[in-house]
Amino acid sequence: MKNPSRFVPALYIFFLMLPIYWLINMSFKTTNEILGSFSLWPREFTTENYVAIFTDPTWYMGYVNSLAYVSLNTVLSVSVALPAAYAFSRYRFLGDKHLFFWLLTNRMAPPAVFALPFFQLYSAVGLFDTYWAVALAHTLFNIPLAVWILEGFMSGVPKELDETAYVDGYSFPRFFVKIFIPTIAAGIGVAAFFCFMFSWVELLLAKTLTSVAAKPIAAVMTRTASTSGYELGLLAAAGTLTIIPGAFVIYFVRNYIARGFALGRV
Amino acid sequence: MSLELIDVSKRVGVEQHIYPTNLTLEAGGMNILLGTTLSGKTTLMQLMAGLDKLTTGSIRFNGEDVTRTAVQKRNVSMVYQQFINYPNFSVFENIASPLRVARMAEDEIKRRVCEMAELLKLSGMLDRRPSELSGGQQQRTAMARALVKDADLVLLDEPLANLDFKLREELRDELPRLFANRECVVVYATTEPVEALLFGGKTATLHKGRVTQFGPTGDVYRKPQDLVSAEVFSEPPINHAQVTKNGETLTLVSGASWSATGQAAALPDGTYTLGLRPHHVTPAQSGSQPVEVDGNVMVTELSGSESVVHFHLGGRTWVSQSHGIHPFEVGEQATLYADVSQAFYFDASGALIAG
Repeated sequence: MKNPSRFVPALYIFFLMLPIYWLINMSFKTTNEILGSFSLWPREFTTENYVAIFTDPTWYMGYVNSLAYVSLNTVLSVSVALPAAYAFSRYRFLGDKHLFFWLLTNRMAPPAVFALPFFQLYSAVGLFDTYWAVALAHTLFNIPLAVWILEGFMSGVPKELDETAYVDGYSFPRFFVKIFIPTIAAGIGVAAFFCFMFSWVELLLAKTLTSVAAKPIAAVMTRTASTSGYELGLLAAAGTLTIIPGAFVIYFVRNYIARGFALGRV
Repeated sequence: MSLELIDVSKRVGVEQHIYPTNLTLEAGGMNILLGTTLSGKTTLMQLMAGLDKLTTGSIRFNGEDVTRTAVQKRNVSMVYQQFINYPNFSVFENIASPLRVARMAEDEIKRRVCEMAELLKLSGMLDRRPSELSGGQQQRTAMARALVKDADLVLLDEPLANLDFKLREELRDELPRLFANRECVVVYATTEPVEALLFGGKTATLHKGRVTQFGPTGDVYRKPQDLVSAEVFSEPPINHAQVTKNGETLTLVSGASWSATGQAAALPDGTYTLGLRPHHVTPAQSGSQPVEVDGNVMVTELSGSESVVHFHLGGRTWVSQSHGIHPFEVGEQATLYADVSQAFYFDASGALIAG
């Protein structure tokens, strides 16, 4: 082999994909085969794990619930972050830099800190076990993130664009909706993607704030223990399905994310 | 049509961006704001447009007070140094946007945009996005959008600065033609004295937030009111040096002397600052009163048709600008001739007193 360095990316991808392959591999096996033998591909290929998930409402409602609060959270976070990011990128006001940094520190706080107060608060106001409970709780770390990302994209747009629009006769709301938002569409895409991902993978708050009606898929997955032990095949199938929405969303924003990196905001 | 600034000033925090300024700009011919970067040209334009709030003073348009009128209601248009267009609109929609906001009839929009595109040579690219155009075309689009709505006040903030040399020359030639038949007040900010001279009209020289002089461009150039205005309106920078008058004789700090003529003859004895434009300092004798000045050559720049020589004179750097190629060696003691009949004399406060 002339150039051994080309093996490095190959090895990297191999190790990266190995657990994912194993998950998919397991999802098509029966639990007995998983526990009883070591096989690189399913010897008895079965789709019964998937069938079980798609026919049992306690399973598939987990996905529906997760998708519902994640979407709600994404829309909420981005629409609240847009005007905030605009203010940070265009105006200088007292303590703006400190406020901006403080926003970001919210992202660093562990969710566990907020689990108890949220639980108590939402129970008191009747939000417990609703999509809104989780969606609102997740805005805690998603709004700062969205503001941070959007501010980067907005600062990349010269303020002369705003001025030109005012000179042309646009009122502020009209300029914002018709010109500014389309101009930073890529940034909105990136912000939405990250909100989606973080809300999708967050487990602690989602699990604490729901019980039955809004139970997320990740919580459902932790309850597969039965009298005969863990149903590993079923769990693997559920895991495989969990990856899909994220993979799907990342496909659409892959080009924009590179731009986000270039701006140093992702 | 006229735009009047009355005691207009702008202060941000402790920084005074614009000192109280009075200016009356009129339609017909360009009004040029000439000054270096950070001299306050852009700030002044934003105040004129209503994009920024005045700290003091008021603005009148055609005698009507517009100080508190929102920019959207003022019928102004503006072109920036950066090529500003709406990236998500086609060129057609970009040019049409002020008309759409004004809810003009579709036929009329179409007619006006096509006419404007014709004038600015954009006809073939109306369907493209601004990002698919060259820099020159992007700036033409911005210009078309500024002109299409027949604004009363057109503000051009260094519109040619980001273009390459060829395109700049081309657009520079077109600009006066574009405004020839328009009834509007045109304000053009530039850092280049050459542009001011090319466009004529009136010029206001700006220095550190102050308008130092305002008047017909030729007059401002020929009769700078003070040293600062002369410095702003000279490229390469105007040469200056201390000169002492004793009886009939004027003696330069470097030792060269000559007998005073013209207005300089009437000056009382004393020390003054002499200002002389670089093209009046030449390697060969020229003009009506050439005086020999010697200096140590520091830098020489040769372009195809002219020579620029920087040299030391009495502790200052002087510049000579002349036609033709005059090779000088760096470090060489050069003999040059200053046509002192063209000199300006400034007193200690910097005010012009003779020349």
